[in-house]
Amino acid sequence: MKKDTSKISLPEINFDTPALVRHRKSRAVGERLTAWFVGFGGISVILAIMLIFIYLLYEVVPLFRGAAIVSWIQDEQVRDSYILQDSVHPSIHLSLEEQNTVALKIDRQGNAIFFNAVTGQIRNRVLLNSPNNSSITAFALDTDASHLFALGLDNSQVLIAKHQYDVSYPDDARLITPKIIYPYGEARVDFGADFGALQRLAISDQDNTLILVASNTEQKLGMLVLSKEKNFITEEVQLSPQFYSLPELSTQPEYLFIAPDQHWLLALDRAGNLSLIDIRKPNHTRLASVHKASRGHVTDAALLLGGASLMIADNQGYISQWMLVRDQNNDWDLNLVRDFIASTDSPVTNLAMEHRRKGFAAVDVDGVVSIYNSTASNQVLSQPLHPGPIHTLVFSPRANALMVEDKQGALRLWQVDNQYPEVSWSALWKKIWYEGYATEDYIWQSSAATTDFEPKYSLMPLSFGTLKAAFYAMLMAMPLAICSAIYTAYFMAPTLRRKVKPLIELMEAVPTVILGFLAGLWLAPLVETRLAGIFTILLVVPVGTLIFAYLWSQLPKTSRWQLPEGWDLVLLIPLIMALVAVSIPLSSLLEDTFFSGSLRQFITYDMGIDYDQRNALVVGLAMGFAVIPTIFSITEDAIFSVPKHLTQGSLALGATPWQTLVGVVLLTASPGIFSAVMIGMGRAVGETMIVLMATGNTPIMDVNIFEGMRTLAANIAVEMPESEVGSSHYRILFLAALVLFMFTFVVNTLAELVRQRLRVKYGSL
Amino acid sequence: MKIGLRQWVASGSPWIWLNGAAVAVCVFMVIGILLLIAVRGLGHFWPSDILLAQHQIKDRSSRIIGEIVDREQVNAQQLRDAGFVIENQIDSLPRVLLKVGNRDVTGTDFIWVLEEQLRQIQYAPYLFAIERREWGNFYGILHAVNESSQPVATNIDDGDAVVWQVLKSRIARALEIREQIHTIESQTIGAINYGLERLRLRTRELQLENRLTAVESALIDEQRHAYQEQYADLQEQLVILYTSVERDSLVAETMDGQSVEIKLSKVVRAYHPNTMSWLDKVIFYFNKLHEFITEEPREANTEGGIFPAIFGTVMMVLLMSVLVTPFGVIAAVYLREYARQGTLNRLIRISVNNLAGVPSIVYGVFGLGFFIYFLGGNIDQLFFPEALPAPTFGTPGMLWASLTLALLTVPVVIVATEEGLSRIPRSFREASLALGATKAETLWRVVLPMSTPAIMTGVILAVARAAGEVAPLMLVGVVKLAPSLPVDGNYPFFHLDRKFMHLGFHIYDVGFQSPNVEAARPLVYATALLLVVIIALLNLSAVAIRNRLREKYKTLEN
Repeated sequence: MKKDTSKISLPEINFDTPALVRHRKSRAVGERLTAWFVGFGGISVILAIMLIFIYLLYEVVPLFRGAAIVSWIQDEQVRDSYILQDSVHPSIHLSLEEQNTVALKIDRQGNAIFFNAVTGQIRNRVLLNSPNNSSITAFALDTDASHLFALGLDNSQVLIAKHQYDVSYPDDARLITPKIIYPYGEARVDFGADFGALQRLAISDQDNTLILVASNTEQKLGMLVLSKEKNFITEEVQLSPQFYSLPELSTQPEYLFIAPDQHWLLALDRAGNLSLIDIRKPNHTRLASVHKASRGHVTDAALLLGGASLMIADNQGYISQWMLVRDQNNDWDLNLVRDFIASTDSPVTNLAMEHRRKGFAAVDVDGVVSIYNSTASNQVLSQPLHPGPIHTLVFSPRANALMVEDKQGALRLWQVDNQYPEVSWSALWKKIWYEGYATEDYIWQSSAATTDFEPKYSLMPLSFGTLKAAFYAMLMAMPLAICSAIYTAYFMAPTLRRKVKPLIELMEAVPTVILGFLAGLWLAPLVETRLAGIFTILLVVPVGTLIFAYLWSQLPKTSRWQLPEGWDLVLLIPLIMALVAVSIPLSSLLEDTFFSGSLRQFITYDMGIDYDQRNALVVGLAMGFAVIPTIFSITEDAIFSVPKHLTQGSLALGATPWQTLVGVVLLTASPGIFSAVMIGMGRAVGETMIVLMATGNTPIMDVNIFEGMRTLAANIAVEMPESEVGSSHYRILFLAALVLFMFTFVVNTLAELVRQRLRVKYGSL
Repeated sequence: MKIGLRQWVASGSPWIWLNGAAVAVCVFMVIGILLLIAVRGLGHFWPSDILLAQHQIKDRSSRIIGEIVDREQVNAQQLRDAGFVIENQIDSLPRVLLKVGNRDVTGTDFIWVLEEQLRQIQYAPYLFAIERREWGNFYGILHAVNESSQPVATNIDDGDAVVWQVLKSRIARALEIREQIHTIESQTIGAINYGLERLRLRTRELQLENRLTAVESALIDEQRHAYQEQYADLQEQLVILYTSVERDSLVAETMDGQSVEIKLSKVVRAYHPNTMSWLDKVIFYFNKLHEFITEEPREANTEGGIFPAIFGTVMMVLLMSVLVTPFGVIAAVYLREYARQGTLNRLIRISVNNLAGVPSIVYGVFGLGFFIYFLGGNIDQLFFPEALPAPTFGTPGMLWASLTLALLTVPVVIVATEEGLSRIPRSFREASLALGATKAETLWRVVLPMSTPAIMTGVILAVARAAGEVAPLMLVGVVKLAPSLPVDGNYPFFHLDRKFMHLGFHIYDVGFQSPNVEAARPLVYATALLLVVIIALLNLSAVAIRNRLREKYKTLEN
């Protein structure tokens, strides 16, 4: 036997056959590949999610990056200053064309020289039609955009001309041909021989009238109103001039400006006396007011884009912004809106206005250039550019270049990188005195039809609207959701609970676009016609329930016990329906008795409260509906998972179910309820479609429940598709998205941490 | 035993009742909203009777024909203010909203009429309604059918029944021709235009690469020529079809006695609701429902069907689930099985969880900035330089919308999958490892198959969320009217760069941006109903799968 067993030997298994080795190897490779694949995939998905935050930040950060002025580089060569050939006289006007390739210099001799802005190579030279027996004594520019200017002569005459740049593409290369044209003919207009030499000049060209205002050596002011008449056949414009004399000033005006609406003349003397002259009726012009507009001697002044604000620089280092504002009596007057203080404290010598934004640059005696934005009231840059005082400073039309002319006539082009000057902390979050407004205010208005519009990027009305919508939504959702959760988790019969809980959670499945649609097109008109009904329901339902409950408790036990414990819902749903049905006729009765027939009209006419059809009440109801399931679900879980031995202990010690609930259950579950509310809040803040559809989307700041609002999220949805990529507006919308992201992320993290702590606590119980 | 009020309050019982009332209110609201959508949405397709009445205002009387759409009570005071003479004791009066149609004649589709001003109300059998391709419905009295402006049947000579039969058959003929025209215009000519566009891009591409030889260019010209010839042929066919479809017309009388001639080419269907039997109405109802689901929209989306929107939604959601499932599962597997379980892992888990709470519009902004302008812009520079400056992928489209929504829903899939993974008992993994399987094999053969229901739940929940999202899509690819579907017969068949229509956006657009909101409203309710049903079904199936899953593992754990 022994022999036999020894004979049965285990088959020799060779674990190292080539096939098995190969198999093992491939398994090992598979193992490593899977680990690598899962690791790589998992980490990249997580990184992709994190990318949202990084990308939003990446789009927002440039907003807060400062500006820079750097040397002009062309053909890999730094371009230094140059002196124009055969042009010894300093300029009276300097200007750059759109592409920064051609510049224009006009000097006192009447030479208009077009030259290459980078190299100084002269393109062409025009002698403005100046007779030899007269010399140029004054210069005036209409607006930067119109290119129209006027030269005042010592023989009381004025020459009106315009510089123009024709663009053509011979051989697929851009060619810019600069020229001087005379839109109103080469003939000069005359202030009259009595007026004498023109000292200062202002010009304003509008559709129907061209106005010239000049001062002479005797401090007198004269105005030429030139009505335009268009010849229908030749389309030539004829000017018919009419001379008016203006009120006398006490001092010699140094700067004259005509407001673009041609209603006002602003005259400023060297001491800083700013006179406002009403020229609405040329026959009855009057001196409206005189202000002391500067701290020291005025060194330069200019109208900001749009002509609504006057910037006045002085030798104390201040730049003051004055604006025409209408007061309570509908009278216009000049107001000091804000001061800009040059950081260097040294006298400002020159101002340069941007052509398409409400920004400007100032240069001081030491050649330090500072760039400001008036709306954001901030200094975006301060940088020494020239060793010593300069003669002139001008912006290019796109504000991406600055041309500097020093006292010796040397010119130099600088590159300016200043893309987002209109954004600053104060522009986004503080009250700003905008042009055309009577006082400071928070306003969001990102676009308008005109080009000289001042963009208003205050995030305050939007944030306020967001919180207002969330507040009303929470006001509706919190009591309903928390009370429902308490009842469902703690008092309801388990069989019923299994039906009711999914039903309420089904609310979450209703897409918000449908809720928004119902809110805007069904609920809003309903609320408007049945406003009293809504409030009556709010009153009748709880009171009615209490009365019913009391009566129920008075019933004999036998009939009460017919209903199993926790099945009260069977009674309550018909009760609620009955109460709602009773509320409607009751509300008309109440309306007739107390609100003369219609609460809606009573609110508007008797109480003077504005009423929008799509208002915060509607949003509160609709968004409350959207938030209820979120809060309900989490609260219910928190209450239901309170350990049973705690409640049983409390009940055993003689507490009533309600006492147990308040004293034990709610206390234990309170962190969970808190986190439910936070998550619900996060949802209400970020909800887009409901607010978009159920409010008028007007960015107003008003707590009134009967008015609408515009929220951050709705604002993004409305404006993002139309926003120009890379513009300030685009990046501010990204900022709004980032704010929403951060807010909800922080709120949710907080809630999640609280919830996890709760879980740990229950674990120990 | 009666209890006193004070005792009752002290027992806390009133508060319990109030809490119960809150549940009742919530339940009431959910059911109410669902019923509201269902009733309004489903009711839209039912043919309502046409009313004929005299509208008496003071002593002026006019005939009125239309459908009753809505009924409400108006405050008598408001009416008095508006100049109506109403007796003093009356507080409110009923008024009805009548859909009178004939927008081309009367200018409005709807009028409000006080019920007491309607006299001699009758539902005459000869009243008929026409659904038209433009100007909305027509209501009136049929007089005659014309062929090339010559009457072939009139109700005076031949009687109503004959005219009606003639009309029916001729409408059927017109519809058939229209169908042919539609096929040629949208498919054949569409394909030719697409081919021509591809030739243009090909030429441009060769130009850019300096490879446009004479041979190539001759070849392209030849193809272009062939296309143009085909096009000319089709154009001829179309002219014939158009003259043929314009042949017939009908003559009918409007409510103010005007006689109007309506081309049958403009008619979608004509019906006599007042004589229809209950069965006829049911058939009509299902015809309309079928049209709603399978046809393209008409009249700035306010009439017709919503097929492109359904197609766009489904396609986008499918593409999204294809993208989101692998990534979500891999991330979950990494977090649960491979990553080191520590504070970092916990933080990542919390933030992934929280991303589900980040407002969807934020994802839209990200999608627009990163996917479209950054990624899409670069893709265009690299791969589609011939189409520039017209963007190919640098503009909102199907691919970017799906990607954005995939990103939006990936936390849902991660969370659900992780939950599934955590529910698989340790013993299973240990058993697998003990038998000599590697970790990867355990993952592929044991862990993942067992968590499939959880993954399914996650994907279904993600799909449900994505199907209802509108806000981000408004930024990344949805349009109110897409000229062509993202899938068609032209190579490469899937056009992921195209914009698409979406049910949710359709609701927003038709409900709020359409010129005739009142007329479009029933259609919006129907669309809303469809969307709610889809999403509710998805959610319920997710819940069902989850419950089954839980039961399954409960038995395993024991």
